[in-house]
Amino acid sequence: MFKKRTATGIAVAALAAFALTGCTPGASTTTSEALDPNRTVETDVSKMGDLTLTVWDQEVRGGQNEQMEQLNAAFEKEYPNITIDRVSQSFDDLGKTLRLALSGDDAPNVVQVNNARSSLGSFVAAEQLHPLDAWVDAYGWEDRFSESVLNNSRYSADGSAFGAGSVYALPQVGEVVGVFYSKAKLAELGIDLPTEWSAFETALKTAKDAGQTPMLLGNIEKWPAGHVFGPVQGAYVPADQIQTLGYGNPGGTWDTAENLKAATVLDDWMKAGYFNDGVNGTDYDAAWQDLTTGSGVFLMAGSWLAADLEDAMGDDVGFFTPSANEGAAANTTGGTGLPFAITTGSKNPDLAAAYIDFITNDDAMKILADTGNLPVNNTAELAPADGVLNDVYSAFGNVTTDGTLLPYLDYATPTMGDTLGEALQGLLDGRLSPEEFAAALEADYGDFTSGK
Amino acid sequence: MAISPVASSSLIRKGASDHGRSRRRGGARLTPYLYILPALLVYAAFMLYPLGRAVHLSLFKWDGLSLATFVGFGNYVDIASDERLRAAFGHAFVFVFFYAILPVCIGLVLASILTRARVHGLSIFRTIVFLPQVIAMVVVAVAWRQIYAPDGQLNTALRAIGLDGLTRAWLGDYTFSLPAVGIIGTWVSTGLVTVLLMAGMAKIPGERFESARLDGAGAIREFFSITVPAVRAEITVALTLTIVASLKTFDLIYVTTGGGPGSSTTVPSYEVYRRAFQLGEAGSAAAVGVTLTLMIFVISLIVNSIGDKSSS
Repeated sequence: MFKKRTATGIAVAALAAFALTGCTPGASTTTSEALDPNRTVETDVSKMGDLTLTVWDQEVRGGQNEQMEQLNAAFEKEYPNITIDRVSQSFDDLGKTLRLALSGDDAPNVVQVNNARSSLGSFVAAEQLHPLDAWVDAYGWEDRFSESVLNNSRYSADGSAFGAGSVYALPQVGEVVGVFYSKAKLAELGIDLPTEWSAFETALKTAKDAGQTPMLLGNIEKWPAGHVFGPVQGAYVPADQIQTLGYGNPGGTWDTAENLKAATVLDDWMKAGYFNDGVNGTDYDAAWQDLTTGSGVFLMAGSWLAADLEDAMGDDVGFFTPSANEGAAANTTGGTGLPFAITTGSKNPDLAAAYIDFITNDDAMKILADTGNLPVNNTAELAPADGVLNDVYSAFGNVTTDGTLLPYLDYATPTMGDTLGEALQGLLDGRLSPEEFAAALEADYGDFTSGK
Repeated sequence: MAISPVASSSLIRKGASDHGRSRRRGGARLTPYLYILPALLVYAAFMLYPLGRAVHLSLFKWDGLSLATFVGFGNYVDIASDERLRAAFGHAFVFVFFYAILPVCIGLVLASILTRARVHGLSIFRTIVFLPQVIAMVVVAVAWRQIYAPDGQLNTALRAIGLDGLTRAWLGDYTFSLPAVGIIGTWVSTGLVTVLLMAGMAKIPGERFESARLDGAGAIREFFSITVPAVRAEITVALTLTIVASLKTFDLIYVTTGGGPGSSTTVPSYEVYRRAFQLGEAGSAAAVGVTLTLMIFVISLIVNSIGDKSSS
């Protein structure tokens, strides 16, 4: 009896203490204050005194890491009063730790944020990031970047509209999703480099008939198949429809004959045995490494793999983006690398802005090109003379000027990354029919745009 | 200046009679709590407060960034109606079989063989069996992910013995990914369970086996009539530990399948993580966590009360 009474007492006391200390979550976790829009922006870093700048990035792969190290070293050399504290982690890890980091007291100053609504959009809505307007004017960023690139990181102040409003972040590199291939392999199979979709699909069949694995895909991570579906969708669905769906703005629908056709193409490829066995159980990294060992013919993936593939394959690797019809420009998934933003927790936003300016200026673009990355600006001038990077640069230039760079589909809603990934795994396993696939995506998109 | 023993004891006696009986009894009542206070403070700061905070959070709809809105038990209602979450709890119960039931069965057999056989190098064998417990779960998961890969060791071995028809991408298969991950759990748990049971079996007096043998009992009869009843307490401990581990398993799923293919291997703790860090639904994530905690608590209670009853 006595024991029970004490236990109850402790429980009540704990709850009471808790009720007293507890407050509504999110009420006073951070002290973010908007900057005076009329203040004078300090652009001279050497006058800022001794400071440390904490930067969280995800530039971990070979060439990406190299450019970041070179640029950080150059920044510290030019401004000896600044120390850069760099924290780099994989794309997956950064995406998951950032939310917690931004809501904490000790937020990093500069962070690399996914453009998606679930990341950049929700951070904007929560006032965790500074709109860059003042610095856009001070540094002339609107002249440096093309309008379509800046649109990818524009949000309205409440985070509801995507693609319009203030610029919140700036990217270093462009990205384009296309097809990698081995030149020797194509020659061996007697396949001419396809430039349009019908020829590409014929090439897949030729490769299959020759006993090869036409298409390599490692999809255990769920998202890689999105980079196969994106270009397929780009070939069969009008670009403006995909943009509406991809930005998650109201007015579109997945329930169209064109989207169904795109899903059916993927379904047909799966049924025809074009993919390697067990795509859903294969690592993303293992799949592209298979291309380097000649275990497959084509690999649909993003331009970010070009540097690693060239290291392994040399001149043998090539890249192209097939267009929907003969002579037309390609519409394919792409955009920019993850852009860099300034946190409202940053004590020296001017320093953060100066850093972002430094890593995206013309000299930085040259370093990016030298380290095998795809600079988002001056792409044509910086294209290397040959090799797969020449292919990648011209594909990006071609798609951005004549074709359409389509948004990543997971930008659309906070849950779209999961929905798309799981639906694609189902489609590639034969569990979901193309109709069920489209219905799953429509449910996610429809719920979000109708505000459910 | 020294006080003589007599003087000091009379002082105490005097004080005691001055303050009366009730005060002395009150002090005695509180003293034990004073002893546990330091530990209790640490426990409260790092366990009770976070737990209370999680319960508190679970009553809100919160994106983890902006101001939360109070929704009462709305998150819990959503859990009950969410098909994906119900499936996740179902997967957790499948893991109970692979993490707890199967290892206890294997461990009983293994431990009774090991204690009876008195083989040379027993300690080495015991170390090997226990090894999976020592290795970090992430390392275990990465190793098994390679074993299960389409061209990994398992499929290579199957092909080598002509069982090509059985090969598959184990972790990408809607039917086999769940048992495939479960087997990893069995591999990890078996060592702990075996070592626990061996300790229990070592306490059984040899005379019991001797008299059983005189009565004509064979090895199997001895196993069921002497060994198993004697290690009931150890079985209870082993079950409690492994069931708790199976219900809260996270790292294994995160590294091997990420809950896939589709959502066929997702478990409650992975859903907590997914909701909190990927979808930005901190309140709902807390509600799943609290539900899982309660469930583990209840199941542990049941296991222990069964164990207590059968051993008394």
